[in-house]
Amino acid sequence: MMSIASPLLAAAAMLLTGVILFSALGKSPAAAFHVFFVEPVASLYGVGELLLKATPLMLCALGLAVGFRANVWNIGAEGQFITGALAGGAVALFAGGLGIVTLPLMLLAGVVGGMTWAAIAAFLRTRFHTSEILVTLMLVYIAQLLLSYFVHGPWRDPAGFNFPQSEAFEDHELLPLLIDGARVNVALLLALALAAVSWFFVSRTFAGYRMRVAGQAPAAAAYAGYSDKINVWLALLISGGMAGLAGICEVAGPVGLLSPGISPGYGFAAIIVAFVGRLHPAGVVLASLLMSALYLGGEAAQIELQLPAPVTSLFQGVLLFYLLAADLFITFRLRRVASAPVEPATAPTTVQVSTSQ
Amino acid sequence: MRRGELPWLRASTWEHPVTPAKVASLAPRLALHGISKRYPTVVANDRIDLTVAPGEIHALLGENGAGKSTLMKIVYGVTRPDAGRIEWEGRAVDIRSPADARRLGIGMVFQHFSLFETLTVAENIALALDGRTSPAALATRIRDVSENYGLPVDPQRLVHSMSVGERQRVEIVRCLLQSPRLLIMDEPTSVLTPQAVQTLFETLRRLAAERVSILYISHKLDEVRALCDSATVLRGGRVAGTAVPREETNESLARLMVGSELRECRRTPQPVGDVRLQLRDLTLRSVDPFGASLNEISLDVHAGEIVGIAGVSGNGQRELLAAISGETRAPHAAIRICGRHAGSLDPAQRRALGMSFVPEERLGRGAVPDMSLADNALLTAYHAGLVRHGLVQSEAIETFARDTIRQFAVKCGSERSLARTLSGGNLQKYIVGRETRLDPKVMVVAQPTWGVDIGAAQLIRQALIDLRNRGAAVLVVSEELDELYSICDRLAVISRGRLSPARATAELPVSTVGVWMTGEFSSASVTHE
Amino acid sequence: MSFEQLLPILASTVTAATPLVIAALGVLVSERAGVLNLGVEGMMLMGAVTAFAIGVSSGSLLLGYLAAIAAGAGMALLFAVLVLTLQTNQVATGLALALFGTGLSAFLGRDYVGTPIERLPPLEIPLLADIPVLGPLLFHYDTVVYLSALLFVVVSWFLFRSRHGLRLRAIGEAPAVAHSLGEPVIRIRYLATMFGGAMSGLAGAYLSTALTPMWAEGMSAGRGWIVLALVVFATWRPLRVLLGAYLFGGVAVLQLHAQGFGVTVPSEFLSMLPYLATIVVLVLICRDPKAILLNQPASLGRGFHPEA
Repeated sequence: MMSIASPLLAAAAMLLTGVILFSALGKSPAAAFHVFFVEPVASLYGVGELLLKATPLMLCALGLAVGFRANVWNIGAEGQFITGALAGGAVALFAGGLGIVTLPLMLLAGVVGGMTWAAIAAFLRTRFHTSEILVTLMLVYIAQLLLSYFVHGPWRDPAGFNFPQSEAFEDHELLPLLIDGARVNVALLLALALAAVSWFFVSRTFAGYRMRVAGQAPAAAAYAGYSDKINVWLALLISGGMAGLAGICEVAGPVGLLSPGISPGYGFAAIIVAFVGRLHPAGVVLASLLMSALYLGGEAAQIELQLPAPVTSLFQGVLLFYLLAADLFITFRLRRVASAPVEPATAPTTVQVSTSQ
Repeated sequence: MRRGELPWLRASTWEHPVTPAKVASLAPRLALHGISKRYPTVVANDRIDLTVAPGEIHALLGENGAGKSTLMKIVYGVTRPDAGRIEWEGRAVDIRSPADARRLGIGMVFQHFSLFETLTVAENIALALDGRTSPAALATRIRDVSENYGLPVDPQRLVHSMSVGERQRVEIVRCLLQSPRLLIMDEPTSVLTPQAVQTLFETLRRLAAERVSILYISHKLDEVRALCDSATVLRGGRVAGTAVPREETNESLARLMVGSELRECRRTPQPVGDVRLQLRDLTLRSVDPFGASLNEISLDVHAGEIVGIAGVSGNGQRELLAAISGETRAPHAAIRICGRHAGSLDPAQRRALGMSFVPEERLGRGAVPDMSLADNALLTAYHAGLVRHGLVQSEAIETFARDTIRQFAVKCGSERSLARTLSGGNLQKYIVGRETRLDPKVMVVAQPTWGVDIGAAQLIRQALIDLRNRGAAVLVVSEELDELYSICDRLAVISRGRLSPARATAELPVSTVGVWMTGEFSSASVTHE
Repeated sequence: MSFEQLLPILASTVTAATPLVIAALGVLVSERAGVLNLGVEGMMLMGAVTAFAIGVSSGSLLLGYLAAIAAGAGMALLFAVLVLTLQTNQVATGLALALFGTGLSAFLGRDYVGTPIERLPPLEIPLLADIPVLGPLLFHYDTVVYLSALLFVVVSWFLFRSRHGLRLRAIGEAPAVAHSLGEPVIRIRYLATMFGGAMSGLAGAYLSTALTPMWAEGMSAGRGWIVLALVVFATWRPLRVLLGAYLFGGVAVLQLHAQGFGVTVPSEFLSMLPYLATIVVLVLICRDPKAILLNQPASLGRGFHPEA
């Protein structure tokens, strides 16, 4: 009950905040509502955009959710998204002549690129007890600089008027569109399929069960003999691989080349999506649609209502706060109503900046 | 269970400075009237009355979960009561915080010590003193008080380097520095050797002679009969009765505590089989800076016997158990399970060799709090047909859980109840049941009945004996000597990371165990049978 | 290399380290009380934008700094309400605070991008500033640099010499025990958290008015996260926080000056240095679990509820 109620409550509070904010900025809330929630679904193209933007969020958040459930805090999906795009992009730029296998190879390279970046954090955590929170985050900045280096330097398109971007990918290096008249591509199907796989993995396999135990009660996992190292590696490889896949799908989709601006913060927004989706695959799918609407609304609001660009990121933060608050509100009510003793809502077990226990 | 009188505590050997008759003539130091405290699931205290006279040693007796700790937390201001009245030396008081309690003159020594590991003794004591004493003056006062009462402590030592006995001294000194007129002692002897218990009793009697009242919380009947002038017995949150302990027998007090007759565990001698669990010169340095290191531990546990390990907590029990379960790795040759070297195997591999394990910590280690009992069956019973081709078999899991619940009389809603909603005793029955049903060749159990009500404790002990009768090798680590004497065939003592030789329980006097607990067993001949 | 060449490097190391010192000392105090607030980046950015906006519009940097401190403390208060009163998960809430602060600061600062501001002036201390060598090295900084030194002294004294510091450390060590002794655990954790926020806000103010006098979205560039790593690296000790911050300041400055020395590595790789350095020091210190176990406040990141 709480798992559904509190995201709804958070979304409602979010809406109210939006109304207040728009009024404060001198805009009509009705117009803003129209821009955020009606326009995106009013046309086929709009729906396509909604699904298009939801895809990378969904891919990243599905992986993160698996990790968060296992008490492994990969918050550097943004970095893995970029290295995935870089690795996949490299295939497109340098092995484009492979014909029909190019695209699958790009996707594979993207997954490996993301995994490699996350593997650094996994190695340091399992070998040196180094906090994956800080390492994955530092690696975001490094990945961004790496991307910047490649598109300013060796991979810059010589015919690109000195813009920091690579050559555009060729048609066979781009993901096929799903329908005419919209930009959404087959990556959406991939994401939905992976949502199903992820649900199956978490709830039906013994490996998924072990990760849940590790997340909820690390001491119980140690007692039962489940390897902590495998847990950390799996969580980071899965979330890194998914973020890398999101990255390559983005550059092999709507972007079509490598440039410094390939991600409008999808990797960070995905953290919020994972939480709002209650770390459950179905929830993540819905939450990524909500977040996508926020992105689209933010863009439209800039153009049509002359609202400042950062309104989107502001909304994301607010949404997550509301979710946490709504969780608590409901937990406390339940605690008073029901007779069962409810633990303080410290969602998964706590982590620390250093990981040695 | 057997509640035999322990010889070193025979009541008749003690003298009492304050006779009950004298006590009764004075105005009470503390009087509780109708104290009630409700928690969401349980009424912890239900209209409790209790009176303590000046200089009286008053026992608060009761089983685990009878409401003793809650009541004492109310007196000490940690918890507020829902209803009732507290009178201190004749006038009504409202104790809002421990600071209030200390201002009145109430001191408390907690069961699980309220000391800060990384701070020094002096810093710990300074935290409890509300006034502003300079560190130097404080150190002098600590030395004065500790010498005066025969409780030696060094003010500058870090607490984490001290034994539990030493920590208790710090706690007591901390209370005494505040010149208390009522001292609450919560299960103080569970961390002490029999000899140290005697020293503690002498200190307490001396305080009582100085007109300090003492509220002595315990479930150990021998001690209460040896030390206390009067007793209030709690059962299920209510006062079940009051008594003068010296005029009672263990049986009569136990009846008051439990509300029914006690049954004894039946254990008949039987021949043992081959060695199932073997420790050979197990030496292990502790990774935890606050932990104990293990030093050349050797022990054989045979099929068909229960071997107990006694000792004051903090002497290496946790580390030894982790080394046996595989949660920490040991030298490969130091541990054999069913004849196979197992020191460097992980817990899952050791389980595959036929070992089961019941940890001390139930919620969070033995069971995942927010998972159902069914899901918790899968935690360790995954080899019992609950997983096929890497996939979880929900029906098999539910059947396994239901059977365990039925067989071990676990009180719960259903197999879908979350582990954290069960009482300590019922969860322990479920965990013991789960591990037992895996048909282990070796069963290792830590603190089997800690915090468990008497009914559940009885069932758990019988389950262990049945397992032994079926030919399993059982190792029990416990701090309850009574329990070890009632179920073990042989007994060893762990002290400062070293293990004494194991002797047949019937031939091992309690006094020897007491000496061994202090680490004095180097003279005992170490033989491996 | 002559002293004249070295001097600006050393001096800019000090200014680059100052925001790290201030924020890390604040974080140190809140972590010593057992509160893990991952939202430092968000609080710093809020401090930066507030100081800038108030400084520009009122013309008073002092007012800007006070507002920045208040903004940081306000963000921390929000975190404290969620984590301490409502018992939310500290990690998730801290992440939310970081994202929220980044978004909100970008939103509030939208009109200030590209606006000039006068840099916080150095405090020329008469006489002392004229001493050869030492004068230019030690006595040519702005007020906040000296403030950070003072803060170091005060925090060290408070934590290890004062009774209240002892209480705070005890709460971080074992909140349940402290509670049973009657310490107001939640209240003290509130104060410690807000102190951490206030110092993060102050550090942010220094970024936007002294280190690089301008406002840009996300201008703290990960310093909030580096601060968190710094406190681990320092094993929760003030002196090591100071040393670590200066080490990082040095790395950041070297990166700026490297090209001047004829290093031909692409600038992106030089810019990676502070982040790489963070990872390296984390590895070095976390390699030994005992070092962490012995020093880390035992309850760090764990919730505490008086009735539980």
